[in-house]
Amino acid sequence: MSADSIDIRYVAKLARIALTDEEVDRFGKQLGDLLGHVNALAELDVANVAATAQVVESRNVTRDDTPRPCLDRERVLAEAPQRQGAFFRVPRILAE
Amino acid sequence: MADELIERSGAEIAAGVSSGRVSAVEVAESTLARVRDVDGLFGSYLAVLDDQALAQAANVDERVRRGEKLPLAGVPIAVKDNMCLDGTRTTAGSKILEHWVAPYTATAVARMIAAGAVPIGKTNCDEFAMGSSCENSALGVTRNPYDPSRVPGGSSGGSAAAVAAYEAAIGLGSDTGGSIREPGAFCNLIGFKPTYGRVSRYGLIAFSSSLDQIGPLTRTVEDAALAYDALAGYDPMDATSIDRAVETTADALRTDLRGVRIGIVKEFDTATLGDMDALYRQAYRDLERLGAQLVEVSLPTADYGVATYYLIAPAECSSNLARFDGVRYGLRVEGDDVRQMYDRTRAAGFGPEVKRRILIGTYALSSGYYDAYYVRAQKARTLIAQDFERAFAACDLIACPATSCPAFEFNAKSDPYSMYLMDYYTIPMSLAGLPALSVPCGWIAPAGGSVPMPIGLQLAGPLFSERLLLGAAHAYEQATRHAQARKPASGVRA
Repeated sequence: MSADSIDIRYVAKLARIALTDEEVDRFGKQLGDLLGHVNALAELDVANVAATAQVVESRNVTRDDTPRPCLDRERVLAEAPQRQGAFFRVPRILAE
Repeated sequence: MADELIERSGAEIAAGVSSGRVSAVEVAESTLARVRDVDGLFGSYLAVLDDQALAQAANVDERVRRGEKLPLAGVPIAVKDNMCLDGTRTTAGSKILEHWVAPYTATAVARMIAAGAVPIGKTNCDEFAMGSSCENSALGVTRNPYDPSRVPGGSSGGSAAAVAAYEAAIGLGSDTGGSIREPGAFCNLIGFKPTYGRVSRYGLIAFSSSLDQIGPLTRTVEDAALAYDALAGYDPMDATSIDRAVETTADALRTDLRGVRIGIVKEFDTATLGDMDALYRQAYRDLERLGAQLVEVSLPTADYGVATYYLIAPAECSSNLARFDGVRYGLRVEGDDVRQMYDRTRAAGFGPEVKRRILIGTYALSSGYYDAYYVRAQKARTLIAQDFERAFAACDLIACPATSCPAFEFNAKSDPYSMYLMDYYTIPMSLAGLPALSVPCGWIAPAGGSVPMPIGLQLAGPLFSERLLLGAAHAYEQATRHAQARKPASGVRA
C-alpha cells in the first residue's frame, strides 16, 4: 500500500473537509507513511479471532420513555452560529 | 506561608480545610496568586476562573461549617479543557470550539465539586486530546515546569503542568492511548488512568469512545486515590459507564509489596532505552526489595499496539467529530450551500493533526477498506487483551516503562508517526481497558539538555484492580521518593 493508492481528495470529500493542494500532498504522503506502518497488522493470524469493539462488559442501556428535564432551549440556541426563532438556521438545502 | 500552602498535597489541604486550620478561600486565593505569578511562563491554563473559584471555595467553607464531611474539601483542581463546566468556555484546544460555552457540567467534574474540590481553571491540551506534547493545541503553548524549553507531554499537558507547578493540587485529564500517563511521567507526577468505564465520560468531549477515560494527575499516590474515590462510579448518563460497586482505594495504600507478583514484560527490553535502562532496572529491584516477587511475562502482540490504535482511535474520532458541522454550535464558515458550509467550517476549524486523524479514520472505515483495516485492528485488539489475560494468570501487576524518553524539546517530533510512538508503552493497556498509572522513578539528563528531567514507571493491573494498583504504587513511591528530589523551575521569565 503506497501513498499513490489513496485518493485523498475522495477521502476528504467523505470527511467533509476542504483541503488545499498543499494539504492534499502533505496528508497524502503522511497517510501513506502511516498505512505502511499499520500494514504490519497483516502479519497477525486473525483467522479465528473475534473483533473487540469494547473491552468491558457492555450492553444496551434504555430508560423509561417518560419526559424529564433537559437542557434549556434558550441556552442551547444561544450557542448556535445562526438561529431563527426556535430553530438552527442553515443555508437553503432544497430548491424552490 | 502562601508558598507552603500551594505545595501541600490535596490530602493535606482537605485535612486542613476540614479541621478549620485553613479556609478553602485562603487556599483558592493562594492558588490563584500562584497562577498569576507563573502561568505567563508555563501556560497551563486556557482560562482561569477567579470569581467562580472564590465563590466555590466560600461554598466549601460553608459546607464544612455545617458539618459536611468532604474528602476533597477546598482542594484546588485543574480541569482539562475537554471537560464541560457549566457556564465556562470549553474548547478542547480547538478553534472550532474556541468560543463555545458549556451548558452543563461533566459528571466527573461535578463529582469532584461535590467532594469539595474547587476548579481553578480550564487547562490546555492537544486539540481534541490528539497528541503527546500539547503542541497540537490551537489555542496556547504549555511548557514543562521542570524545563520550560521542553514540552509537558500530552494530551493532558496543561493539567500536568498546572499540578507540577503548584497551580493546582489535582489535575483532571483524559487518557485515550496515554494522555494522562505520558504527561504524568514528563512532569514528575502520578498519572492514573482507571479501568475503562469506571469514570463517567458524560460531558467529556468525545475523541475515541471505546478508549477515552478520565483520571487524575497528582503529586502523590494518596491524592490519586482520593480523586479516584470521588470520580469512580456508575452514571446513567454514560451508556458505557459500569454499573458495579466501586471499591475505595484511599484505604488500600500499602507500605510493602509482600505477596504481590509483578510481571516484567519480556518484549519491553529496556536495554534499548539508553540511560533510562539503569533507572528501570533499579525500579524493578526496588519493587523486589519491597517484597514483590518478580516474574517474567510475555505480551507477544503488544508490539502491534500502535498500529492497532492508529486505526481504531482515528476511526472512532472520524465518527465522533462528524458532529462539528457549523450548524448547532461552534465555528461556522458560510458557504454557497450547506455542503460548502460543512467543508469550509471543518477546514478552518480543525488543525492538521485532527484533520489527519479524521482522514485516516474515514479511509479505514470506507467501503473496500473496512475489513482490511478497521476489522483487522479490532481483531488485533482482541489478541492484545488476551495477551494481558494470560500474563495476569502469572502475575498480579505489570511493571514497565511509561515512555521511551523524557520530555523532549518543542518541534522535536515533526514526523507524525514519531509522535505516535510516544505512546508505545501505554497504548496496549488502553486497548485492553486496563487500569494503569505512571509513578516517578528517577531523573535523567536528556540528550542536549542540562536540566535533569523526570521519567515514569508504569504499573498496570487487571480490570478493576485499582485497590492493588494504587496500593502498590504508594509502597513504591514512599520507599523511593523520587518526586521529591527536585523542584520545578521558578516560573519567572529570565
